[in-house]
Amino acid sequence: MASTACFIIVSRNDNPIYEAEVGSAVKKEEAAHQHQFILHAALDIVQDIAWNTNAMFLKAVDRFNDLVVSVYVTAGHTRFMLLHDSRNDDGIKSFFQEVHELYIKILFNPLYLPGSRIMSSQFDTKVRALARKYL
Amino acid sequence: MAPVAPRSGDAVFANVERVNAELFTLTYGAIVRQLLTDLEEVDEVNKQLDQMGYNIGIRLIDEFLAKSGVSRCVDFKETAEVIAKVGFKMFLGVTASVTNWDADGTSCSLVLEDNPLVDFVELPDTCQGLYYCNILSGVVRGALEMVSMKTEVTWVRDMLRGDDAYELRVKLLKQVPEEYPYKDDE
Repeated sequence: MASTACFIIVSRNDNPIYEAEVGSAVKKEEAAHQHQFILHAALDIVQDIAWNTNAMFLKAVDRFNDLVVSVYVTAGHTRFMLLHDSRNDDGIKSFFQEVHELYIKILFNPLYLPGSRIMSSQFDTKVRALARKYL
Repeated sequence: MAPVAPRSGDAVFANVERVNAELFTLTYGAIVRQLLTDLEEVDEVNKQLDQMGYNIGIRLIDEFLAKSGVSRCVDFKETAEVIAKVGFKMFLGVTASVTNWDADGTSCSLVLEDNPLVDFVELPDTCQGLYYCNILSGVVRGALEMVSMKTEVTWVRDMLRGDDAYELRVKLLKQVPEEYPYKDDE
């Protein structure tokens, strides 16, 4: 498992709707803020790349020191963004695909308003389990 | 002796028209969602769902009797079996089991292991009091009322609230005698 990994989901309206620190490194508050900042900055690059490719999985769109940002853009333009320090592309791709399935299930929940924060604890647990498995 | 009612709804289920399960689930979800927006109060939504179910039930019973070929039930026990095995199968595609009879045979539980209405659903914190499937209790109540049984139908267990199955408690309040609408001398 990667020592640092930060995963966020950004809705099509650019609101963060889910955030998780999934790395095995000891959690530090300022690191979490820094991760958010890096991911936030990467959004602009994603915006440029996303419309020039058919691929949903955009790997290594941005880097910051030894940290790399990989992004998965769904058809509805929801972005799954992962900040990681591992180089395991296949694992990250599988991670994104499985999270995508979980996300679709959340979207199908009639009591969930698209674009609102994902509060489901089940989703959280499953995402963390996937992170342990693939990253 | 009463003619034997079909013990399972499989045959009938095979012949009725069906819709895609996801379409069905999402349509029901959209209805609940809309009710929550319109009525704002979870209790009101429960009531409204029950009322909608009732309105469906009083119509559905005719369709049920016409298509299933079930004849008059001898007692409430048989009624419950028919609802669970034929009724649920015919309209919902799943069967329920009948358990927990009380001593005088007037109330029982219908237990659903599987419920197509709730695929994908997870109750958020804001709707904790919601009985998502309350429409089903209304349907059962409405349908039984049309065949002269006043019942009270309540949810005992609900998977969305963390239980292991869906359990509908059906309590027979009274059998309404069939009234002949005209007096003899008219």
